[in-house]
Amino acid sequence: MWSDVAQRDAAAPATHDTQPAAAAFLQVQGLGRSFVPGKPVFAGVDFGIARGEFVCVIGHSGCGKTTILNVLAGLDRASAGHVFMGGREIAGPGLDRGVVFQGHALMPWLSVRRNIAFAVESRWPEWSRAQVDMQVRKFVEMVGLTPAIDRKPAELSGGMKQRVGIARAFSTEPKMLLLDEPFGALDALTRGTIQDELMAIVRRTQQTVFMITHDVDEAILLADRILLMSNGRDRDGAWVPGGIAETVANPLPRDRTRAGLHHLPGYYGLRNHIVDFLVTRANPASQ
Amino acid sequence: MKALKLRAALLSLLLLAALLGIWHVATLPGPAAARSAGLSAEQIEYEKMMGKDPGAQKSTGFPTLAQMGAAIAKQLRDPFYDNGPNDKGIAIQLAWSLARVGLGFLLACLVAVPLGFVIGMSPLLQRALDPFIQVLKPISPLAWMPLALYTIRDSSVSGVFVIFICSVWPMLINTAFGVASVRRDWLAVAATLEVRPLRKALRVVLPAAAPTILTGMRISMGIAWLVIVAAEMLVGGTGIGYFLWNEWNNLSLTNVIFAILVIGVMGMLLDLVFARLQKLVTYVE
Repeated sequence: MWSDVAQRDAAAPATHDTQPAAAAFLQVQGLGRSFVPGKPVFAGVDFGIARGEFVCVIGHSGCGKTTILNVLAGLDRASAGHVFMGGREIAGPGLDRGVVFQGHALMPWLSVRRNIAFAVESRWPEWSRAQVDMQVRKFVEMVGLTPAIDRKPAELSGGMKQRVGIARAFSTEPKMLLLDEPFGALDALTRGTIQDELMAIVRRTQQTVFMITHDVDEAILLADRILLMSNGRDRDGAWVPGGIAETVANPLPRDRTRAGLHHLPGYYGLRNHIVDFLVTRANPASQ
Repeated sequence: MKALKLRAALLSLLLLAALLGIWHVATLPGPAAARSAGLSAEQIEYEKMMGKDPGAQKSTGFPTLAQMGAAIAKQLRDPFYDNGPNDKGIAIQLAWSLARVGLGFLLACLVAVPLGFVIGMSPLLQRALDPFIQVLKPISPLAWMPLALYTIRDSSVSGVFVIFICSVWPMLINTAFGVASVRRDWLAVAATLEVRPLRKALRVVLPAAAPTILTGMRISMGIAWLVIVAAEMLVGGTGIGYFLWNEWNNLSLTNVIFAILVIGVMGMLLDLVFARLQKLVTYVE
């Protein structure tokens, strides 16, 4: 059943194989997850992420993007397959992976400062109060929220809340960052600004990132590689699980900006390829 | 907003004045001395001997406003006097009641909050304990009194036990509900930060569930204050409930009304304290 997909992969432009296992910092092997026995949402998912690489996953609702992220975060267990990070298998949640949640997940009874301090104190319990506060202020400044540091989340806008979520994930200095549609709930203007900020921070810190998105332009702007996921479906009475149908390397120069993105040669080809995939090959639930 | 407050206060005062006015009119002394006209001195003497003094003012027995005011003033002038078992100042009686409520409530907190935490965290225990809670919760706390008196053999401690048993349920149920409905996101954050269970319970679950827990405590305190009056009437000895019953036996309606007022004001103050605490732990999402 996978040969079909593989053939179509061969015909697609800008496609390359997953990176060799030796080079990959994060290695996912034969990952599958089923909530209904015999009908896995996805199966046989293989990919690797190199150190410092920014990988985006794009696909329709229900294809299992968030489930893969939760498995990488250790919050969910896979039904099949393994995930290795730095040569060690991931068995549960851990401080080496920072997570930015879809709904920011800030604790509403704590100020911005206390929210981030909670993460910093968890990472370095032996640190003094002053050390913790220094780290907190450093990362609040990084997302430009110093004036709002003592406000509660309810007093912040959606974009500011998501910035705090990003600062919290960065503040523990994880080896890898997992972002679950972090900008899904934001308006276009705010989304653009935070995308730029995130890109600048990631480029500066050489952070390894795995990010889920619905937004094709967001993926093209941020990602070095884009994983295209298809939904599981019934075909001729047999269940075909979803999975990564194709991996697209981003050929655009790494110093691209949001404003100049659509002037770059190759942008429209890449964009059309991904949109075509989503429209015709990803098997959204409605088809 | 301010104008509304002012108008509400004014209306409250008007209502109070109206109530006091009705009271005053209802307890006005009836026409007196009219019946003694036309009676000879012997006849008056005879009537008096029969207990029907025609010169006496006919009283309904219900205190007038002036009598009430005098009684309140007298009670409040010396609230701490102690003339033996049946004659103590109102403050001493109130202190007894508050001590029983406080002790029983505190014991209930110590049991209900940790147990509610465990129930809220474990769906297994929640299901296992649910039938017990459902059966025990609707029992009137006073129904436990004979059993308490028999096993504890001390009326004062039995009062504390009754307060304990009536305070425990709302707190237990609210704590379990609050803990069980902590948002998954916050628990996921704690998990990805490798927060240890005790720290997670104190720093994430407790503050998240605190508003619900405090609501349970507020309900418990309200019930405890209702129950202590009845319990003290039953077991006697000391306390505001006993004071009330004792003054009924003394046929002193002024003191009965005074006790009712004190119970009401004290209950309101207790509720205010918990409302304030609730405000402290409430967060906006």
